[in-house]
Amino acid sequence: MKIVQQQRAPAGAELTTTLTPRKNYKWLMVKRNKALYLFILPAFLYFFIFAYIPMYGVQIAFKDFIATKGFGGSPWADPILKHFITFFSSVRFGEILWNTVRISLYYLLVSFPAPIILALMINEVRSTRFKRLVQNITYIPYFISTVVLVGMIDLFFSNSGLMNQLIGLFGLEPVLFLQKESLFDHMYVWSGVWQATGYGSVIYFAALAGVSPELHEAATIDGATRLQRVIHINIPAIMPTIIIMLIISVGGIMNVSFEKVLLMQKDINIASSEVISTYVYKLGLQKAQYSLSSAVGLFNNLINLALLIMVNRIARKVGETSLW
Amino acid sequence: MQVRETKSDQLFNLMNRIILLVILLLTLYPLWFIVSASISNPDLVNSGKMLLWPKDISFIGYKSIFKDNSILRGYFNTILYTTGGTAINVVVTVLAGYALSRKDFIGNKFFTIMFLITMFFSGGLIPTFMTVKSVGLYNSPWVMVILGATSMTNIIITRTFFQTTIPLEVQEAAQMDGCSNLRLFLQVVLPLSTAIVAVMALFSAVAHWNGYFTALIYIRDEQWQPLQIVLRETLLKSQFNANLLQQGGDTAGLLKEELRTAEQIKYALIVVASLPVMAMYPFVQKYFVKGVTLGSVKG
Repeated sequence: MKIVQQQRAPAGAELTTTLTPRKNYKWLMVKRNKALYLFILPAFLYFFIFAYIPMYGVQIAFKDFIATKGFGGSPWADPILKHFITFFSSVRFGEILWNTVRISLYYLLVSFPAPIILALMINEVRSTRFKRLVQNITYIPYFISTVVLVGMIDLFFSNSGLMNQLIGLFGLEPVLFLQKESLFDHMYVWSGVWQATGYGSVIYFAALAGVSPELHEAATIDGATRLQRVIHINIPAIMPTIIIMLIISVGGIMNVSFEKVLLMQKDINIASSEVISTYVYKLGLQKAQYSLSSAVGLFNNLINLALLIMVNRIARKVGETSLW
Repeated sequence: MQVRETKSDQLFNLMNRIILLVILLLTLYPLWFIVSASISNPDLVNSGKMLLWPKDISFIGYKSIFKDNSILRGYFNTILYTTGGTAINVVVTVLAGYALSRKDFIGNKFFTIMFLITMFFSGGLIPTFMTVKSVGLYNSPWVMVILGATSMTNIIITRTFFQTTIPLEVQEAAQMDGCSNLRLFLQVVLPLSTAIVAVMALFSAVAHWNGYFTALIYIRDEQWQPLQIVLRETLLKSQFNANLLQQGGDTAGLLKEELRTAEQIKYALIVVASLPVMAMYPFVQKYFVKGVTLGSVKG
């Protein structure tokens, strides 16, 4: 990229800039590309208003927010970490943190390898038609909305729902899926796997397309079985993609899908389904505890950021692949 | 290459195919069941006599949906939000992506870093909520098309597309001929970029169609609620009725009839709410794959 830049910059302005100082050259380029600033203006304004002003507003986590005084005008909390202390010492802190970490880790453990395995499997299919069929059909659930997905869970797993009817065919007693707190994690994780695995496999599938066929030919001649070739050729080939995806997933580990958890919550399962993001929502928007809620949100955000940096550092030390 | 397969390879192929077939069925069955259930006699569905093919076809569910004003209004609102939101999203994202793809754009680095930061850090729910409120978007239908107008992830995908598919020489030649940036973009770059516009439109349309959370926190007026909110309310309403029914009493008979069709309505509503996105999918499928693949190219 550097090379391109050096070649390009003088190319357009060769005639005019040979005699003028560098500063003027820069100014000339700015003037010549006026339109590009207009192009970027909407995105700039969007991020400024809806990302940077809220970032400035993060300070209310350390303040006693008064709506009429705004972010800057509200008085500082005393002590400054008051809202964090309130959260850490509240009776629900342990429970909510545990729920968040437990659900996220379980989801990561299952949903991370699933698309890799699916992509590796589809890649081994030689009939193009069957390959296409599996790909196109496994993408479909991704396009279903969270509201519909949770609606489907409620319909299928209700006491007289499809699951219990199928269980009944084998002469077994109905299971009260939705009333069992212990089943919440499984419902959340496996419905997510059903919805997102096909979509997630696209990236790995693209990476697999780049594996050189000569490697496979050579290995076959040396007597490697298909399984051996998958393990020793395909998996190492897509390892950089796997690592990048892993860094991204771990960095978002505290971001349990807010929408889905909120929609799946019922009075009966709240003790195992309240996570940080749903707690922030209820505290802030339903109980109007703005500052406390912001503190909880900030805590969540910082853990994510720390995890991202940590995992990226480990990845850089261990292998060559990293986000930055 | 034609190498004879060994026994273990044949077994591997067979197992692979069987497992993929099972995955296919597990993916399709729930979807198929919903469709079947939406056009079957609700009594047969509720008692478990309809497990695969539609039985005793009835359209009660669909009929009730098209008589329900709040559902129709939600549907209409969602069409409005999806069209408007997608248009705004595509314009903002593609323009920004193009500007950032130009190496001779002074300030490129500043904007890139400023936008990148938003990927890793955000103000969080409450500060964002307060900001939206203070710019007057709370409870306004505009919030539905403006929030999520762009994201750095999509800008990066767009930028990568421009950098890798539009030859620099073409752009330089046009500039040498005295072509302005605006004309260069509209007449040279854009005609070569249908794929990326389609990808962005698809991503945005799906997000707007399926969006629930933005409306949940920012829209109060019933008349502006999108489909997903109405859908959620309808799905919950009959659960409430089911609880009442278990308690028995005078209203039980009446509720029972309502409950009978309520399940039917749910199935039909799920079909009606998901159909537009599903119907769109085959046409844009190749773009969709392309978009995800572009996204994986390191920015």
